[in-house]
Amino acid sequence: MKILVTVKRVPDYNAIIKVKGDGSGIVTENLKYVVNPFDEIAVEEALRIKATVSGAEVVLVSVGSKSAAEQLRTGLAMGADRAVLVTSDDELDSLGVAKVLHKVATDEGAGRVLMGKLAIEDDANQTGQMLAALLDWPQATFASKVESLESDEEKKGVPGIAISGESAQVVREVDGGLETIETALPAVITVDLRLNVPRYASLPGIMKARKKELKELAAGDLGIDLAPKVKVTKLSPPPERQAGRKVESVEELVKALHDEAKAI
Amino acid sequence: MGNILIFAEHSDGKVTKPTQIAITAAKQAAAVFGGECEAVVVGKGLDAAAADLAEYGLKVHVVDGDAFEHYLADATAAAVAHVAKSSGAEVVLATSTAVGKDLLPRVAALLDAGMATDVTDFEEGGAMQRPIFAGNVIATVEIAGSPKIVSVRATAFDPAAKGGSGSTEAVSFTPEGTKTKFVSFSETKSDRPVLTDASIVVSGGRALKSGENFKTVLEPLVDALGAAMGASRAAVDAGYVPNDLQVGQTGKVVAPNLYVAVGISGAIQHLAGMKDSKVIVAINKDEEAPIFQVADYGLVADLFKAVPEMTEEVKKVRAG
Ligand SMILES: Cc1cc2nc3c(=O)[nH]c(=O)nc-3n(C[C@H](O)[C@H](O)[C@H](O)COP(=O)(O)OP(=O)(O)OC[C@H]3O[C@@H](n4cnc5c(N)ncnc54)[C@H](O)[C@@H]3O)c2cc1C
Repeated sequence: MKILVTVKRVPDYNAIIKVKGDGSGIVTENLKYVVNPFDEIAVEEALRIKATVSGAEVVLVSVGSKSAAEQLRTGLAMGADRAVLVTSDDELDSLGVAKVLHKVATDEGAGRVLMGKLAIEDDANQTGQMLAALLDWPQATFASKVESLESDEEKKGVPGIAISGESAQVVREVDGGLETIETALPAVITVDLRLNVPRYASLPGIMKARKKELKELAAGDLGIDLAPKVKVTKLSPPPERQAGRKVESVEELVKALHDEAKAI
Repeated sequence: MGNILIFAEHSDGKVTKPTQIAITAAKQAAAVFGGECEAVVVGKGLDAAAADLAEYGLKVHVVDGDAFEHYLADATAAAVAHVAKSSGAEVVLATSTAVGKDLLPRVAALLDAGMATDVTDFEEGGAMQRPIFAGNVIATVEIAGSPKIVSVRATAFDPAAKGGSGSTEAVSFTPEGTKTKFVSFSETKSDRPVLTDASIVVSGGRALKSGENFKTVLEPLVDALGAAMGASRAAVDAGYVPNDLQVGQTGKVVAPNLYVAVGISGAIQHLAGMKDSKVIVAINKDEEAPIFQVADYGLVADLFKAVPEMTEEVKKVRAG
């Protein structure tokens, strides 16, 4: 059984993102790049599932620039078996990425796809659902679990997604609570923050990762129409919020909220 | 010219607030893209919900059937894509609720259409604005081709009021063998206002240190203010409060009249979910905490002392 896991290269979540003066992009000088935090959780979950299934293989895939090889190596160092990098010099939209992933998943004969629920730069939350539709597979988005991240189950590395035979039970974070659904497999599962705490790559893991297979393909050679339907025409900074003032006491605070802000 | 098709969510035979918000957004979309606003509602036993929806002056496509008893993405997306095609929709639009987020991208791929998530504004000519990078950048995007799939951010539009004359039309559609099954829903029960609806939100962070302290220290203030309770990711991850209370980039986006952040540092991911609030109060013992950069009123104090005091002061003010 092959588990395909997406790994996107994104700016570090701690970075302060600034827009270029002409609105054509963000300032990338000195920007540090990482594995999209949600994808890291997907890799972790795949590794936990692999540990419970004999003969399972975890294959990573990234669609983007050549530099994404760095993030794939990180995933390999965590323990994934091999990686596929589909390079594209043109900006793809989510549907384009989903089409590339569709091709890779089909060619690889993947039996499950695990992905982050969104990438923290474009915050789109689209690709997993689109891929599921293209594959004509069911989807289970926003996978989470009932146990907290400080629970014993979590510390023992128990997978949050319960797979039995050809179906999986997935606990989903939805509005108003937690929903459990059962999905037939193969399926696309997108993961939320509370599914697990991803492991760090160990030093031996990093050494081993250097020798693992990382295959490179060019999106242009796949024979799919990837012309984006969604185009970003301009970026701008959000309206600034002015800091207000410090108050000296609770009494002053409540008085200000009542008399001045009329908020209570 | 195609129409604007609203995907409507409903509960207990009534349209939900996110749907009222989607109706307002759809009217703005119609002003830009042309066409009429219509709605599609999917479920089982929809007579009341469809009638309620029609009272907003919409033509309502009603997909009623056993397969739709519980919302499931594969069956519902197939139904919505079917109606989008048969009604010639130019835009398919819903609010970015958990359902909207799960559903619309699947509909987009079924229709080979482009999608914009979390749209906050429609511009003359068809460009749309949406926040990216946890709200640190606003992107202007355009979608080529038809239809266009759009989810809108709930805090950017007011809920629509009823009015105009609408109609309902039954659509017969049975999805092909669905591959998912609803098992259970564990609801976060609370007598407090819903986080995304409340006019006052009080949120607690890691500094509360335990679920017990949320109850004994924070909740009295929440209730004295008649507020909804929220939390930072750190507090939720630690299991102090349910997931559903997380405010931020990956949790709920709120824009209440008053937001009180207690023992929350103000990471960009948290700010992404609350910085459009009208008045922001921060209580934090570290005067350098980033939350103070967006706070209208900042109090540098130990929350374990300040919050009980504030509860008492609020009660006094409220008592008049
Ligand atoms: C992909 C991703 C997505 C994320 N999404 C979200 C999200 O949606 N929402 C979110 O909130 N976070 C999110 N985060 C996490 C975010 O980066 C921060 O880690 C988190 O918001 C910190 O929570 P906190 O402010 O409660 O904790 P901390 O940052 O630890 O802050 C605690 C604060 O409490 C103060 N304090 C301590 N003791 C006291 C006391 N006795 N009295 C008063 N003040 C005190 C401290 O000075 C400090 O400022 C996300 C992170 C990632 C990587």
